[in-house]
Amino acid sequence: MYKVYFQTYEMDTINLSEKTNWEFIEQVQKESGENLSLCYQCGNCTAGCPYTNYFDYPVSMVMRLLQTGQKDTILNSKAIWLCATCETCTTRCPCEIDVAHVMDTLRIIARRENKVSEKDIKMFYDAFLDSVKRFGRIYEVGTLLTYNIRSGHFMADADLGPKVLTKGKIRFFPTKIKGSDKVAQIFERFRTKAKKHG
Amino acid sequence: MAEKEYAYFSGCSLEGTAKEYDTSFRLVMKTLGVTLTEPEDWSCCGSTPAHTVDHVFAAALAARNLAIVEKMNIGTLTTPCPSCLMAFKKAHLGMTEDEAFKDQVNELLDEPYEGGVISKSSLQIIYEDVGLEKIAEKVTHALPDLKVAAYYGCIMNRPPDVAQFDDPENPVAMDRVISALGVEVRDYAFKTECCGAAFGVPKRAMVNELTYKVLSMAVDAGANCIAVACPLCQQNLDLRQEQVNRAMGASFNIPVLYFTQIMGLAYGYSPKELDMDKLVVSAGPLIKTRIPIAEYRAMKEAEAAAAKKTPKAREAKEAAKTEES
Repeated sequence: MYKVYFQTYEMDTINLSEKTNWEFIEQVQKESGENLSLCYQCGNCTAGCPYTNYFDYPVSMVMRLLQTGQKDTILNSKAIWLCATCETCTTRCPCEIDVAHVMDTLRIIARRENKVSEKDIKMFYDAFLDSVKRFGRIYEVGTLLTYNIRSGHFMADADLGPKVLTKGKIRFFPTKIKGSDKVAQIFERFRTKAKKHG
Repeated sequence: MAEKEYAYFSGCSLEGTAKEYDTSFRLVMKTLGVTLTEPEDWSCCGSTPAHTVDHVFAAALAARNLAIVEKMNIGTLTTPCPSCLMAFKKAHLGMTEDEAFKDQVNELLDEPYEGGVISKSSLQIIYEDVGLEKIAEKVTHALPDLKVAAYYGCIMNRPPDVAQFDDPENPVAMDRVISALGVEVRDYAFKTECCGAAFGVPKRAMVNELTYKVLSMAVDAGANCIAVACPLCQQNLDLRQEQVNRAMGASFNIPVLYFTQIMGLAYGYSPKELDMDKLVVSAGPLIKTRIPIAEYRAMKEAEAAAAKKTPKAREAKEAAKTEES
C-alpha cells in the first residue's frame, strides 16, 4: 500500500563566485544562532524527515543551498513551509545543528521578505494568530472559518462539522480572556519594533 | 508525603476539541492526590504559527503565561499539550541562556518573566513525580480487552536537549504507565513518527498519508486501540480517520484514546465521566468488558486452578481449539 517515491533533482550549474550571497549566509547564522558550515551532508536529516516526499528540496539540500548562499532558491522553496518542526532532523544531526530551528528562521525571513510559496499554510497560521490577537486564546471554529473565507476553500473540513457538533467538541462562542488587550499589545509592540528596525 | 501541586496550563485545544483530555486528566490527578491550580487569565502559547513570525514574538506569547505562573509561587507548570510544552520550554531556555534575548522578549510584555518556572508535560509528572508504584496502587478495574499502541507524537520527547524527558527515539513512559495499570501494551515502531501536525486544514492530503502510516503500524503491531498524549495527534488520528479511509482506500476503525482516559477507566470512573462519548471512533466495545480488579483476579485464579486440576480436560480443550482454527 505504501507508495514508493523516486525523485530526481535537476542540477543547475551555479557559478559560486558570482552567485553566492554571503550576507544571506551571515544573516541566517546570526538569526538562527547555528553554525551552518558544520553540515557535512550526511543526509541523516533527510532520511528521517516525514515530509521529504512533499518537499521540492530535501532538508539536507536546503542546508547545502544555504552554505552556498542561494537565497532566492531557498526563500521561494516549498520545503521551508511544508516543514512541521517535528524535530526529527535536529534530534538526529550528528553535528548537533538545530536544523528545525534553521528551517524556522528561513520561514521567518521569507515571511518578512514577502516570498511565501505556500500561501494556504501562511493563511492558516495567520487565521490562528488573528484569533489569539482578538480573544487571547484560540477559538477553533473561528480560526477554521476565517481560513476558509480567506483561502477560498470554503468547504475545507466541512465534512468534520457534523462529527464535532454531535460529539459536543466545539464551543459556539469564543472565550475572550480578561487580558486579551495585554495579548494584543504583544502583537502591537512587536509590529512597532519591527517597523522601527526595518 | 506532602501533596503535590502544579500550575495547570490546559491550553486552548483542551477547551474545545480535546475537552475529554482535560476532563480525564483532572479526574486522574484527583485520584493520585495531585493539586492542579489554573493560572489566572492564561493566554495562547503561540504554538506553531507564532514561530513562523519571529523568535522573540513567539517567546513573548509563551512567556506571558510563564510570568503569570512565576507569580503563583508554585514553581512547576504542567501542560498536557506537547505544543504548549515546547513553546514554554523554548521560551524559557532562550530567555535563561541569553540575557539579550530575555530583554527583547520582556520588552514586549507588561510583566517580565525572570526565568523561575519549570515546565513539564502531564505525562512526565505522572511518570516521574507520581511514579509507577502509586499509579498501580490506585487501580480498581481491569481492562482485559485493550491492546494498546502508545503513540507519543513528534515533540513530546524531542529535541532531547529541550524536552529533557524520556528517550527521543524510543520513549517508554506512556508504555510503562499503561502497563502499570495492568493493561496490555504492544510493541509499536511508530511511537514518534509525525502525524501531520497542524497541516490537517491547509494540506489535508499530506496529513492523510502520514496518519495512514501511523494507523497501519498500530494495527500491524496487533493493537486494537491507540493511546495518545497530544490533542493534535488525537484529532488527526480519530476525527480524520474517516477522511484517511476515504483518501487511502482503507477501513480503519481503531479507537484513539487519551492515555489519561485509560487511566481513568482503570481507576473506576465511568465512561461518561471520562467523556468517552466524545471520541469519534467509539471505544465502547473494547471497554465494555471492564470488571473490578478483585473479580478479575478471582476469575484468573479460578481459570488457573481449573487448568491445573484437569490437565486432560485442558488438553482436550486446546485440541478442539486447534481443530477449529
